[in-house]
Amino acid sequence: MEAVKKQEEQALKSRTLLQETWRRLLKNKGAVVGMVFLLCLIAAAVLSGFIFDYDTQVIGQNIKERLQWPSREHIFGTDELGRDIFIRLLYGARYSLVIGCGSVFIGLVIGVIFGALAGFYGGVIDQVVMRINDMLYAVPNIMIAVVVVSLLGTSTFNLLLALCVTCATGFVRITRAAVMTIRGQEYVESAYAMGLPTWKVIAKHIIPNCLSPIIVQVTLLIGTTIINASSLSFLGIGVPSPAPEWGAMLSSGRSQIRNAPYICVIPGLAIMFTVLALNLLGDGLRDALDPKLKK
Amino acid sequence: MFRYVLKRLVLMIPVILVTSLLIYFAMSLTGGDPAVFLAPENATDAQIQQIRVDLGLTDSFPVRYLKYMAGMLHGDLGTSYVTKRDVFRTFIERLPNTMQLAGASVLIATLIALPLGIYTAIHENTWKDTLGMIFALFGVSMPNFWLGLMLIIVFSLKLKWFPSGGKSGPLSLVLPALTVGLGLAALITRTTRSSMLDVIRQDYIRTARAKGCSEKRVIRRHALPNALIPIITVIGMQLSNVMTGSVLAESVFSWPGIGRLIFESISKRDTPMVTGSIIMCSILMVLINLLVDIVYAFFDPRIKAQYTHKG
Repeated sequence: MEAVKKQEEQALKSRTLLQETWRRLLKNKGAVVGMVFLLCLIAAAVLSGFIFDYDTQVIGQNIKERLQWPSREHIFGTDELGRDIFIRLLYGARYSLVIGCGSVFIGLVIGVIFGALAGFYGGVIDQVVMRINDMLYAVPNIMIAVVVVSLLGTSTFNLLLALCVTCATGFVRITRAAVMTIRGQEYVESAYAMGLPTWKVIAKHIIPNCLSPIIVQVTLLIGTTIINASSLSFLGIGVPSPAPEWGAMLSSGRSQIRNAPYICVIPGLAIMFTVLALNLLGDGLRDALDPKLKK
Repeated sequence: MFRYVLKRLVLMIPVILVTSLLIYFAMSLTGGDPAVFLAPENATDAQIQQIRVDLGLTDSFPVRYLKYMAGMLHGDLGTSYVTKRDVFRTFIERLPNTMQLAGASVLIATLIALPLGIYTAIHENTWKDTLGMIFALFGVSMPNFWLGLMLIIVFSLKLKWFPSGGKSGPLSLVLPALTVGLGLAALITRTTRSSMLDVIRQDYIRTARAKGCSEKRVIRRHALPNALIPIITVIGMQLSNVMTGSVLAESVFSWPGIGRLIFESISKRDTPMVTGSIIMCSILMVLINLLVDIVYAFFDPRIKAQYTHKG
């Protein structure tokens, strides 16, 4: 009996932080639902390229079958050019996913580095970083996108570039604010007293302790970026048509809003559920990562 | 405090200069040749050249930029290619409409979010909390241009309660403001809740309860002021998104604000209008951010002290 108990304790202890987080994440129903949805979406995004023929099924027009309400044949109906909305929706997932994750990741790396530097050192570094940040931040992201896109032209990659600027500014602000509050804590002082070099104090003691707001921001931001990307496509300066980007699909349905509202409703739902799944997963991650919230 | 504000105001000048330089530079690269746009259809090369000289396009880039900025100080941002109207005046005419929309949205958002966020935090892990969080989750996840279209389908096309677009009296403000405000409300609710939860777990809250404060007083006097800092940051950070949201809502509802102005101008390739409007928007946002920081310092004495100590 004793030995078994001891073994169990040993097993409990030997779990790494990552395993522990994963275990806690799986207990969260919302996070699991979100994860499953996102996995299906990724699968759809990858597989739709093999299953459907882009030229005929995704962008090919079929005027005879235009504006058909959802039926057994076309479960989400057809749009104003007779294209099957379901197929376009599946294919369109890849735009949202690539743009959302890509620009947030680039923004995260840039933002955390500069935010930590500014928050930790203060003074001149802080001033320079924050003024540049203010500058980028001052221009609403839609305007940055307008400038970038009119400079480089409309393409998926340029849209990604335009959006990562916005992501970075958010991370700079959040990291800086978190670092500033943590900088004065006792455990940072004691890390110094132990003789750790500054970079190690930042990397090992400060950044992990401001992870919680950063993770919340990452998850919210992938979602927000997906929304922003589709907003720009909706306005006609994002992913160029006839690509089945969800925002662009929605925009093209506007003219039919009276007699075929489903063209607008369905891509919007797709955006919403994707972002919802991301948010559920993010919330789960935050709870799993933050021992302070553990009961 | 006064010195802090003054310092920030002075620091704003280079920010505005560099921002406008970048925008002006980028837009001058993209605009094409304005002289060709302005010249009559059958103009000769000599006539086009003359227009170039008249517009000062033959000057080098730094000279043009300096002239542009000097003009800006007098409220002169050039003339629109399309409407031939003064850019600055057109912008100022449209500004109140956007401000109205943005203001109404922030108001709606705060009125919904603060009470809801506090309420859900107090009732953590009950069905009330869950319900509030489900509302917030859907609100955050919804693209607001889509919400706008849904509102049009339901309240304007089906129920015919509100107009589906344009600006005609206070009724026409309702749907656009809801469109921008609901998404924002969801975000602020989430922040308010998590911030309140953070604060409620602190030792000083336990102390306050231990010394016999009523629950109401613990929340109002001890928890809320400390929880407000992240909330104000988020509202402040969202102001630029409110602007973005307004641009979209303006496009969905044909609201005659700045967003529509800019997008109409883009589609007509009206470079002076686009450049001027974007520069003015940026200056406006810098001013608003400054205001947010001042409010921030006002609510958090620690931050204020830091600045007075150094500066």
